[in-house]
Amino acid sequence: MTIESSPTPVVELTGITKRFPGVVANDRVDLRVAEGEIHAVVGENGAGKSTLMKILYGMQSADEGRMQVNGSEVRFSSPAEAIDAGIGMVHQHFMLADNLTVLENVVLGAEPTRRGTIDRRSAHRDLEELGRSYGLDLHPDDLVETLEVGERQRVEIIKVLYRGARVLILDEPTAVLVPQEVEELFRNLRELKSRGHTIIFIDHKLAEVLAIADTITVLRQGRTVTTVDSSEVTAQELAELMVGSELPAPSTEPRASDEHVMLSMQGLSVADADGRSAVDAVNLDVHRGEIVGVAGVEGNGQGELIEAVLGLRPTSGGDLLLDGESMAGWPVRRRREAGIGYVPEDRHRRGLLPDAPLWENAMLGHQTQPPYARGPWLNRSGAREATTRIVSSFDVRTPGIDTSARALSGGNQQKLVIGREMQAGPRMLVAAHPTRGIDVGAQAAVWENLRTARRDGLAVLLVSADLEELIGLADRLVVMLRGRIVAELDPATTTPRLLGGHMTGAAGEATDDEGRTP
Amino acid sequence: MTLRRIALALAAPVCAFTFSIALSSLVLLAVGTSPLEAWLEMLSYGSRLETLVETGNRATQLYLAGIAVAIGFRMNLFNIGVEGQYVLAAMLAAAAGGAVNLPPILHVTLIMVVAMAVGSSFAGVAGYLKVSRGVHEVISTIMLNAVALGLTGFLLRSWLLDEADTTLNMMTPEIPPSGRFPNLNGVVEGLSREITRGRELWGFLLVAILVGVLFHLFLSRTRAGYDLRATGLNPFAAEASGVHPSSTVVRAMLLSGAVAGLIGLPEILGDAHKYDLNFTQGLGFAGIAVALIGRNHAVGVGIAALLFGWLDSAAPILDVVGDTPREIVSILQGVVVLSAVVAFEVVSRIRRATEARDAAEATLPTVAATDGSPS
Repeated sequence: MTIESSPTPVVELTGITKRFPGVVANDRVDLRVAEGEIHAVVGENGAGKSTLMKILYGMQSADEGRMQVNGSEVRFSSPAEAIDAGIGMVHQHFMLADNLTVLENVVLGAEPTRRGTIDRRSAHRDLEELGRSYGLDLHPDDLVETLEVGERQRVEIIKVLYRGARVLILDEPTAVLVPQEVEELFRNLRELKSRGHTIIFIDHKLAEVLAIADTITVLRQGRTVTTVDSSEVTAQELAELMVGSELPAPSTEPRASDEHVMLSMQGLSVADADGRSAVDAVNLDVHRGEIVGVAGVEGNGQGELIEAVLGLRPTSGGDLLLDGESMAGWPVRRRREAGIGYVPEDRHRRGLLPDAPLWENAMLGHQTQPPYARGPWLNRSGAREATTRIVSSFDVRTPGIDTSARALSGGNQQKLVIGREMQAGPRMLVAAHPTRGIDVGAQAAVWENLRTARRDGLAVLLVSADLEELIGLADRLVVMLRGRIVAELDPATTTPRLLGGHMTGAAGEATDDEGRTP
Repeated sequence: MTLRRIALALAAPVCAFTFSIALSSLVLLAVGTSPLEAWLEMLSYGSRLETLVETGNRATQLYLAGIAVAIGFRMNLFNIGVEGQYVLAAMLAAAAGGAVNLPPILHVTLIMVVAMAVGSSFAGVAGYLKVSRGVHEVISTIMLNAVALGLTGFLLRSWLLDEADTTLNMMTPEIPPSGRFPNLNGVVEGLSREITRGRELWGFLLVAILVGVLFHLFLSRTRAGYDLRATGLNPFAAEASGVHPSSTVVRAMLLSGAVAGLIGLPEILGDAHKYDLNFTQGLGFAGIAVALIGRNHAVGVGIAALLFGWLDSAAPILDVVGDTPREIVSILQGVVVLSAVVAFEVVSRIRRATEARDAAEATLPTVAATDGSPS
């Protein structure tokens, strides 16, 4: 592993294409990363960033395209091969064993041995040496379970360095960090850069990207849009590159909402596992026939807010009213039966039974009600008929309703989830990232379904990280930051830039939101 | 499509069993005996009517044990405590049955209710510990097995012992004739020939079949059964759909324990009429194997119970004839379990891949259409 000073890019990907059933995740993507730079890869959710990195790290193989590392053509069939080529990855979700020490986690899988036993002494020495030289402050003998999130991330970085990586891929490293920790991380990254390491950094927070990156590659819908020098671009230009130069036409439909409040949050607070307020005294009403969009950088309380509405998470203060009635003490089932539909953020985790047939998935969440149930019994024929209707009216592409949900593509799974919620005729729909990770066609279908339902008087609470989606669909936008609602905006007069500013807290209370016209 | 599905479903157990026979044969060859001779011996002894009756009896108990375990498995609960639950339940039920005199049907019903209540509440302890204190059910049920066996011995010695008995056997007072379950010898003899005296096909077989039918109906036809299965398939999605996680855990443990309570009854009601030191133990653990091979499915568990029951009943001949050790049957059973688990996994991967391909094909027309004409 020697530092080369040749002008050849350290990593060069050309024409990378990766298809999944029904989706093209990467469509002839190009990426050139120069030696010793911090290179950010930005794009919306579903733009293909993670897939590209997984291909570079050998976790998936590209269907087409070429990969070159240090000028020579490579093809990785496993992360081990990528590591051998000097490429390491720090995952967004840490892969650490809590009950082992920092040292043990770092050497795990690459243990230095001496006469068949682990050579702790030399590992200890190497680790302290690494920590000292990169300014990564860690105690090798600390148990990982006692570490803060930022420290865990440093363990992950050391783990990668210990394996001799010269190129580090960081997958949304700031998503889990608080601002001070982000500062610390950036200091570490600059230190790594000064020692000749190359860093590929995935993110969608533009302010951070501009603060740390030398070069920025923008992906949109699986394609490379451009690669720019970070000093030559502004946050607004970046945002426009990410969502496409033409921002979606705001919904021209007249408001369907009336004054009837369907869901009311009154000073709603939710505590997280550590007792801090994940949601902090939120007041928000959703009217009949209205889509209220909740924008925010992930991890600012939107997930907790939704789970509290569903009853999946206890509230620590305030009240929740459905159609004027307090839902305090209602279990999830009662809320579902009262007409709350749910499109979960992670359909695999919260929304589907992957190994069950479609018709059993269609009744999930509605299994106590007709047509799926008759008294304490399941109504199998009713359920199968209802599923057939969902499949045809929501255009779920499947060989049949006995196929297991796992077999379908993401877009078709999501159409099934949306379909089953709509079919049940909810009064209130709670939807989190309803189009995340699905192809463009399915996305359009989901949007159309939401618009139609809104027209028919459905109240929708829509949480999304997709600014285009929020601006295009919502009647009213609120921005959540650190558990609070910090702004309320009119989507007709909002730009992604303005929204982004509020989301990161950088924006100004000075900006007059309501008065602006595009 | 359907034909392929059936073929796949059958392929796994057939392959697993063939592989197990082959491996056990190699073991026999290695110790220097003729596998063919041993298998033929077992086949000829195993096809006698008396052995088949024995098989039916054994399978009845194994089936109940398999279903008890399967109820837990279907929602990812590992009730390892079936063993303790059924032994304790059998003893207390036998004691209760021996202590009273009731009209026939009522008497048997009482014994069954006591057995199910004991098994259920003992399993409920593990369920309660899991939801209230987060104790993993594998740990708690294993420990509760020791408690149950100790408790059984203690109760038998101190309170429930039959004072009138003069032999050295420790046993509960004998259950009067009104608390016994009729046998099915009449049915068998009508179809075949007379069974050697002293052998009976226990009538409890019918109860086991009924339990299997109810198990199947519960899981596939009721809301509660759907909730239980959904929890097993994806606990997070089940919770979001309105299933209450803790109460489902407790409910599944109570049900599993109730069925476990029945395991000892075929023997007690049909044959022994008391709980004594000859009572068959170990069925709870065998039930885990039976449930695994039977894929936690009512019919599958039945086939697995018959297979294991037959192997258990036919094995003793190896002690009498030839020089094959009968332990080869235990080896065979062990290998069957392992290879069945592997074979099922292989088959389910093949099935998933085929399904994904079919589903992808179903999507193709749209992809082509959107590519051709953007609308």
